[in-house]
Amino acid sequence: MSILFVLIPLSLALVIFAGWGFFWAVNAGQFDDLESPGWDALRDEPPTNESPGDA
Amino acid sequence: MNVCFHCGEPLRGSTLVARVEQRDEPVCCSGCQAVAELIAGTGLGDFYRYRDGSSVRPGDGSQSDKWRVYADPQFAAQFTRTSKEQTSVTLLIEGLRCSACSWLIDQVLRRLGGVHDVSVNAATGRASVIWNNAQLNLADIMRTIAQLGYVPHPVTDETVTQALREERRDSLKRLAVAGFGMMQVMMFAVAVYSAELANEIMEPRLLSYFRMVSLLVATPVMFYAGAPILSSAWNSVRSRSIGMDVPVSIALVLAYGASVWNTFSGAGGEVYFDSVTMFIFFLTLGRFVQMSVRQHTAGVTDALARQLPSIAHRVGANGIEDVPVTSLLLGGVIQVRRGEVLPADGKLLDADAHIDEAMLTGESLPVHRKIGQRVVAGTINVDGPISIAITALGTDTALSHIVALMQRAQTYKPALARNADSAAARFLGYVLIGAGLTCAAWLAIDPSQAFAATLAVLVVACPCAFAIATPAALASATATLGRHGILLTDPDALESLAKVDHIVFDKTGTLTQGELRISRCIALAGLSEQQCLHTAALLEQASEHPLARAFAPYLDQGTVEDMQTIAGRGVQGRIGGRLYRIGSPDFVAELCREQQQPTALTGSVIMLADEQRALAWFELTDSLRPAAASAVSQLRSLNIEPQILSGDGSEAVQSIARQCGITEQFARHSAKQKLTHVLNLQKQGRRVAVIGDGVNDAPVLGAADVSIAMGRGSALAHASAGLVLVSDNLAALPEAVLLARRTLRIAKQNLLWAAIYNLGSIPLAALGFIPPWLAALGMSLSSVAVMLNSTRLLPRGARHTAASPVVTSAHLRETTA
Repeated sequence: MSILFVLIPLSLALVIFAGWGFFWAVNAGQFDDLESPGWDALRDEPPTNESPGDA
Repeated sequence: MNVCFHCGEPLRGSTLVARVEQRDEPVCCSGCQAVAELIAGTGLGDFYRYRDGSSVRPGDGSQSDKWRVYADPQFAAQFTRTSKEQTSVTLLIEGLRCSACSWLIDQVLRRLGGVHDVSVNAATGRASVIWNNAQLNLADIMRTIAQLGYVPHPVTDETVTQALREERRDSLKRLAVAGFGMMQVMMFAVAVYSAELANEIMEPRLLSYFRMVSLLVATPVMFYAGAPILSSAWNSVRSRSIGMDVPVSIALVLAYGASVWNTFSGAGGEVYFDSVTMFIFFLTLGRFVQMSVRQHTAGVTDALARQLPSIAHRVGANGIEDVPVTSLLLGGVIQVRRGEVLPADGKLLDADAHIDEAMLTGESLPVHRKIGQRVVAGTINVDGPISIAITALGTDTALSHIVALMQRAQTYKPALARNADSAAARFLGYVLIGAGLTCAAWLAIDPSQAFAATLAVLVVACPCAFAIATPAALASATATLGRHGILLTDPDALESLAKVDHIVFDKTGTLTQGELRISRCIALAGLSEQQCLHTAALLEQASEHPLARAFAPYLDQGTVEDMQTIAGRGVQGRIGGRLYRIGSPDFVAELCREQQQPTALTGSVIMLADEQRALAWFELTDSLRPAAASAVSQLRSLNIEPQILSGDGSEAVQSIARQCGITEQFARHSAKQKLTHVLNLQKQGRRVAVIGDGVNDAPVLGAADVSIAMGRGSALAHASAGLVLVSDNLAALPEAVLLARRTLRIAKQNLLWAAIYNLGSIPLAALGFIPPWLAALGMSLSSVAVMLNSTRLLPRGARHTAASPVVTSAHLRETTA
């Protein structure tokens, strides 16, 4: 059972890391709008000069 | 397909088409045609494939000039922030209904040269734009958005937006901490409980280790995630009132305190970190859902400002100049053009005017005002330009007084929340007394058991299931209501709606479409109806009078010469050499000296004649909303008595009441009379729901037991309403009442179950039969039972997919319009 004395602190470290990640995401505005960014994928980029066929 | 391709409204005989992606699509007006062709022509036709629901019908093009003032850098500076060459602005966009709208605006703005960055948020209906001020100005940007059929408003109070965003982020973080913490603590608790269930003795070293770790995780949950609960409880204690948070906080503090004590005092007593974290998580979740609902009505902060224009045309010594409304002075003279909103109260100086006072009085048709009469800020001038001398500005205007009246009326609101709080406080009082008695008794019998038994009582009696019984049912019901196109802005409203026995339709506009249509056409002199309608439409095409708009669908080729519009009376013009007049019967009769009005005509009557004789009679009426009659009869079968309370004349009210089957109607009521009427009904013990949509409805809405606003009504009406009919569909009304009753029934079941559980388990716990771990388990299970029971209120399709009844932004964003 002594392994618990290592594993539990490890799991806590992971939780703190996940929590930190979530806080970062919230502060960076990732959760401000959950709808519109989904439409970015449909955005037509202006045609670029490089095309796959160019040698 | 007889609805408009762009806005989804009925075509009403329009033959216009818009060319979109190689297909001709029918549209209802030239505004929609222009917008649809603009969208398709710039290669953005995908918008129509991805949008959910129809777009907003654009206003007529006559106002496109109003953006010009925003080109003035000094005027624009009050809305924008400039650094070097870059300028940024936040715009509130009216009509932004779905993500496809935000995509469209984003795309079109990015095509403007000089725009650096655009971000459009569909949830809040706001767009922020950053551009190079050497290439563009604010007017260009607002005009571009307006061309798409949306109405942009510069947001003057950026701090409010900022504060709302901070609030949302803050509560998300607290929710995350509570959630993560709860999962961790539960994991440790399961290990401890399973050892106890298996009758094994856990190694004391390991047990105290688990407790220390749980303490470590539960502490941030308690003091970070739980901080709003604790501080609001502390505030209400300091102000000597008992809020809902007080009992909850006492339970939390006692359980947490006892757990900390037991963690450090050795393996003697129980710890309740699992219960504490779970409790905080559920409370935080409930608060988060409530906040999302409330936030989205927060756009209302801008609403009053939006009612009044920010620019006025001042008549000065050097002619007319455009100035900000804030620089106007009392006694000054301003000009108000056709279709503009009056920026201040004033006295009419020159021409007779037709003023649309619908926002203020609910009168559906424009009112005729004569020279010297008072006109009021917030109303719309529907005829030619008028001059007014300013008599009141800003907070002195009638509009502001109505807002003040509304705020006063809101204090009449039955405070259901207070009842719930006092019930909880009483319950908590009994629990504390019970816990004290238990402690005393056990100290006398067996002091070693005293603490465990007392804590068992406190935990088992923790009103967790009790506290979430109503909110859980409400959250599920809110989600279902959203499906029906109803937005719940005040949780109390649902409870009151279930008990309502009178529904008052405040003004006829809530039952009708609000647009006049030609209901009858009597052609004389051997002409066909079609010929008469064509002639009438030709004559009326230049008139802005609301009656004239009813003829627009019948417009065809043809030219009119010598066109003359006589304000408030009619139009005169020459078609093919013949002189025609159309308008009010006495005006037209002056031309043909013939006035024999057919008696069968009701509503607004219009006559068409040439120089010899009368040619046709038209009857114009406002038609009922499609579902009005069926909704009324369904409401009656639910034992709810419908009434009409209107500012309109008695004839119009009677005809509408007859059409939809309402027997009790009251015409010509002012806002104050409506308020007294509702208060009188309440004095007789009736429970009254009021449906309204104008600014002047706000006081009545505030005083009603339940207030329901139409989705297209003014933002101010939304603010004081408990429910908003987003889709304007009256059929949703009986649905909402049924759902409200079911919600109340399920909430009662929940409360009953929680009460049985609490009352049954407290004596057992006091007698020492329930160990604290079983108490905690029982408490959790009772909460789960309550949650599961509440999911029965979820819409059928969603029950399997949506585990948690969280309000989606889908029905939140729909009311940004």
